Amino acid sequence: MIGLVWVIPALPLAAFLVNGLFGRRWLRHWTGPIASLAVGASAVVAIGVFAEVVTGQTRTIVPLYEWIGVGDFRVDVAALVDPLSSVMLLVVTVVSFLVHVYSIGYMEHDDGLPRFFTWMPLFVFVMLLLVMADNYLLMFVGWEGVGLCSYLLIGFWFERPEPAGAAKKAFIMNRIGDWGYTIGMITTFLVFGSLDFERVFEHVGIASQSVLLLICLAFFLGAAGKSAQLPLYSWLPDAMEGPTPVSALIHAATMVTAGVYLVARSMPLFAAAGPALPIVGAVGAVTAIFAATIALVQVDIKRVMAYSTVSQLGYMFLALGVGAPIAAMFHLATHAFFKALLFLGSGSVIHGVGGEQDMRRMGGLRRKMPTTYLTMVIAGGALAALPPLAGFWSKDEIVGAAFLNGFPILWAVGVFTGGLTAFYVTRAIWLTFHGEPRDQQLYDHAHESPRVMTIPLLALAAGSVLAGFIGFPPGNGFIHAFLPQALGTCVEPANLNTLLGYLLDACAPEQTNWTEFLALAAISTAVGIGGILLGLSMYARGRPDPAAITRATSPAYTLLVNRYFVDELYDHRIVDAAKAFAGASWAFDIHIIDGLVNRLGWLFGLAGSGLRRAQTGIVGNYALSIVAGLLAIMVVYGGYASGVFRR
Amino acid sequence: MVPLGAYLAVSATLFFIGTAGVLMRRNAVVILMCVELMLNAANLALVAFSRRFGSVDQRGSVFVTFVFVIAAAEVAVGLAIVLSAYRNRPTVDVDEIHAMRG
Repeated sequence: MIGLVWVIPALPLAAFLVNGLFGRRWLRHWTGPIASLAVGASAVVAIGVFAEVVTGQTRTIVPLYEWIGVGDFRVDVAALVDPLSSVMLLVVTVVSFLVHVYSIGYMEHDDGLPRFFTWMPLFVFVMLLLVMADNYLLMFVGWEGVGLCSYLLIGFWFERPEPAGAAKKAFIMNRIGDWGYTIGMITTFLVFGSLDFERVFEHVGIASQSVLLLICLAFFLGAAGKSAQLPLYSWLPDAMEGPTPVSALIHAATMVTAGVYLVARSMPLFAAAGPALPIVGAVGAVTAIFAATIALVQVDIKRVMAYSTVSQLGYMFLALGVGAPIAAMFHLATHAFFKALLFLGSGSVIHGVGGEQDMRRMGGLRRKMPTTYLTMVIAGGALAALPPLAGFWSKDEIVGAAFLNGFPILWAVGVFTGGLTAFYVTRAIWLTFHGEPRDQQLYDHAHESPRVMTIPLLALAAGSVLAGFIGFPPGNGFIHAFLPQALGTCVEPANLNTLLGYLLDACAPEQTNWTEFLALAAISTAVGIGGILLGLSMYARGRPDPAAITRATSPAYTLLVNRYFVDELYDHRIVDAAKAFAGASWAFDIHIIDGLVNRLGWLFGLAGSGLRRAQTGIVGNYALSIVAGLLAIMVVYGGYASGVFRR
Repeated sequence: MVPLGAYLAVSATLFFIGTAGVLMRRNAVVILMCVELMLNAANLALVAFSRRFGSVDQRGSVFVTFVFVIAAAEVAVGLAIVLSAYRNRPTVDVDEIHAMRG
């Protein structure tokens, strides 16, 4: 099965080509099933590959062809199939398949349907390329590819100005991150002379720590751009202008986790680069709490989920930063399920109420859409880390790792953010599904989504319940034995403290320390339940009344509702400066560069209009000048030959 | 044996007649004929030099055959141009054909 690994990206690519070439004219509504089938078949192959990796093929490189070969430098188009990439392959293909099926229903009435099912499989293809790559350059191809697809799909409804602007914003912010990735890649090449993961990681020792730090921070800038971390996070909430399945697939489950994957993949570099990991952890923690506070007050259901995604990605970076890449990947996998479900559930609500996204106009919808309600509650519980749902196991592992590995501040941030998370997800679900309908007309027209949409919801709900058990028992589950074989970060437990003071996961899974686990889980679960209860009390019983709290904390509320004025800050400090610089560059180009060229051209024109008088058009004149030239040559030559001209 | 100078005198005379014709005549066909005259004057000089100084292989004479071929080609192209110019405007007077004036 591993030999067939290239089939996994090839099928979505084929669907992209077929739908792209024939979709608009002939296939129309067949494009959805075609794309879904292709991605579904990929998922089947991915499951096979995963099974083979689990049963012992822990590291296989499947080359396709040599891409670049210059002297010693060689880049292959080759797939690296190991536990890390096989987990990603599985998550990406399965979630993609469910989202594709859901989209058949969601996008049914959209004129751009064939276009949608052209870009979606293309996205799956490049995302798989990113995940499978065995070197930084091929990964970069996928990295740029997902950025392009993200742009195309955010701007899917490009006739309206908001999606077009959001697409541009996402693309440009990602360019800043990609700049970092490029710097990291070039430095890696200069230092190691190779871009293969294997060769680079083997020779980590030859680089000085400051160079490694540069490489890691550059890569982390790329990761922060792609994974929406501070300071490059603000494109993700705007990306909600795209169709909801796009938000679910690209901006919740898969693409935004590429940064986490990049850092997890580069763990040998980060582990050796001194303060790189603590920086990653700190950025993650700050992002987690920052985005969670914004999510508290948003009224657009998709925006709540978007900030929640930023916050959960912050958790993953927190995990990477405290030296727990397994916990990060674990949370990545579970988050992919429950956050995709939350988005698809929101999409189902939006679909059911005819495009309304403002939660203030919803309410009471649980009677109209019971399946959506049920699955949203499960996903919300998983997001709020209620045991035994998936989010509980993975998030608790992250928070616990922060505490156990000696980062009590990050632990406290993680626990507190968990409380905020529980609160905002409770608020969102209550406002949407419970209470009295606040807009009777909207309520009357609301309807449950068709089966093609609810079945993927149920499948993802099953995932949101069960995915956590790959990490059970805590610290000693399947994933804890499986992933360390790939991360290359495992150190003997005895040496845990020696690596520059930064802890990394141990090689062999430890025995689960139940007391430790239960104590930590009890604290974070208590905070989480506290958040839920507060949310219920505020929105179900009005004690304390949300409006009163809003008035009492007016400055803080204003700050949160305006998202800390970050967009305004960027607009006035950075975008305006960039525009001024662009204007100056334009003037320089027009007046100096073009001016120079134009003046030069004008000069030649002038010379030409003088010289054209020599072209009389009369053959006799030309003949005369030829003869005159001949005579002149004869005179000069004869003069020299006979010595007349010689001194 | 005729001395070399005699050949060269004839050659130079022919060449100057040809040159004068090219410069003074207006009829395109006559100009082409005069060009032929110049080429053959050069040929005569080449043959004469070849006879006088050449070794066994007679390279000068070989060169003359090249000139013949090129002259034939040149006349073919030249007459074709004259013909198409004539179709365009019924004249072969080169002073009348000055559309290429700058």
